[in-house]
Amino acid sequence: MIVFENVAYNYGGGELLSEVTLKLAPGSFHFLTGPSGSGKTTLLKLAYAELRPTSGRVTLFDRDLRSLSRDDVAMARRRIGVVHQDCQFLDHLPLATNVLLPLTVANRPTDPRNLTDLLTWVGLGSLSDALPPQLSGGERQRAALARAIIMDPDVILADEPTGNLDWDMSLRLLTLLVELNRLGKTILIATHDLNLIRQAKAQVAARVLRIKNRRLQLAGADL
Amino acid sequence: MNLPAFLSPDRHADRVVPPSGFTARLTAFSAGAMAFLAVFALALSMASGRLADRWSTALAGTATIRISAPSTQMEAQVAAVLALLQTTPGIASARAIDAAEQQALLEPWFGPDLPVDTLPLPRLVELTETAEGYDSEGLRQRLAAEAPGAVLDDHTRWREPLAKAAARLRLLGLLSLVLIAGATGAMITLAANAALAANLPVIRVLRLVGAKDGYIVRAFVRRFTLRALGGAGLGTLLAMGGVALLPQVDEAGGFLTGLGFQGSGWLLPLVLPPLAALVAFAATRYAAFRTLKGLT
Repeated sequence: MIVFENVAYNYGGGELLSEVTLKLAPGSFHFLTGPSGSGKTTLLKLAYAELRPTSGRVTLFDRDLRSLSRDDVAMARRRIGVVHQDCQFLDHLPLATNVLLPLTVANRPTDPRNLTDLLTWVGLGSLSDALPPQLSGGERQRAALARAIIMDPDVILADEPTGNLDWDMSLRLLTLLVELNRLGKTILIATHDLNLIRQAKAQVAARVLRIKNRRLQLAGADL
Repeated sequence: MNLPAFLSPDRHADRVVPPSGFTARLTAFSAGAMAFLAVFALALSMASGRLADRWSTALAGTATIRISAPSTQMEAQVAAVLALLQTTPGIASARAIDAAEQQALLEPWFGPDLPVDTLPLPRLVELTETAEGYDSEGLRQRLAAEAPGAVLDDHTRWREPLAKAAARLRLLGLLSLVLIAGATGAMITLAANAALAANLPVIRVLRLVGAKDGYIVRAFVRRFTLRALGGAGLGTLLAMGGVALLPQVDEAGGFLTGLGFQGSGWLLPLVLPPLAALVAFAATRYAAFRTLKGLT
């Protein structure tokens, strides 16, 4: 799916990531942890081609990122659902239209029943006509998750998806992601919430990766 | 982005860009104002062209010979000139203007009581040339030899500058059209850039969910092009109405009153709205792709 080989990323002020090697196999579940500013978000951005590596190679669906045109990147992103901590929406459009956006831009048909099912599944069935600014933090996170998965992507990348949520809502979102993984989706969640990771490990066989001193390593029993 | 794809309305693509009231109104106003000015530039250019043609046609083909001589020699020189003209190739006809006709010509300046007989006025001989024309330099030399008091005035001296001035006026009108098109493009580019900058978060979201550049560009380009088309259409119609209300030539005469369009010329301003739309299309497309180039 997504492969990093000796990837380094330099922000200009120094190297943020170095010698990162990672393979997201189909159906795998990964957590990415590390302190704030360690490069978790940068690694995710590299994974959905928002950033290009300074050195090394990133492969998206068997294609070298360097060889992808802008349209190729757009096509690759249709196979990757992204959930941000600060989810961006088109504030002038209702929630349902926002959730359908990936299908709209891909010019794919939409089934209203599927949309209703999806919104109900993420607990937003009654808010389909609401505008994004009217939603709470938890509702926005779940709306972002719905938008990320409506295209039936192969990979879901979530950057601090529970950062603005209380514990109950975090568990609810985690449960949704675990269910998606059971449906065969590849999941990578960047989070610094160790309790969330522990909770997830009770439900799914997740690998936990940690960024330490610019390098990616497998986290052990010290979590 | 091909034209059929652009022209076919995409309700969803049109909706993804938030309503951009100010920039959209600015685009429509700019296009309307520029189209309004362009109609007048076009009218000026066409009127100048007609004027240049009219002056050239009216003045071409005739010439005058002015004979200044002592009264005792005047008739002899007039006869010599007429005889010379009869044997000059390229001259269709020639006649001496008599005293009554000459007085009528001078009457507007000196009044009806001018004593033409007592004044040492030159005599005039009017000639009309054939289609092939005559050799003016050769005629001048023959006149100098056979009628020393005769001077050929073939109107070229003052006809050419007038025709040139009219032709340049036409060129200036066309240049104004080019400048107006450029200014329209610049203004719409600025408006599009403002709209794109204001909508960067929207564009980022669209890219994040897998929108191709063409989709995003189309949403902006379509909006600005249609705004420009609407604004220019209104501006053109208003200006055409203004031109139609100008006084008619037969009412007052003169250059300014002939500024309107004639016959099928009235169809020409109708080209301006599609032209404005084309300028808006190119300007917005350029601005949108340039903005997207800076985003991943």
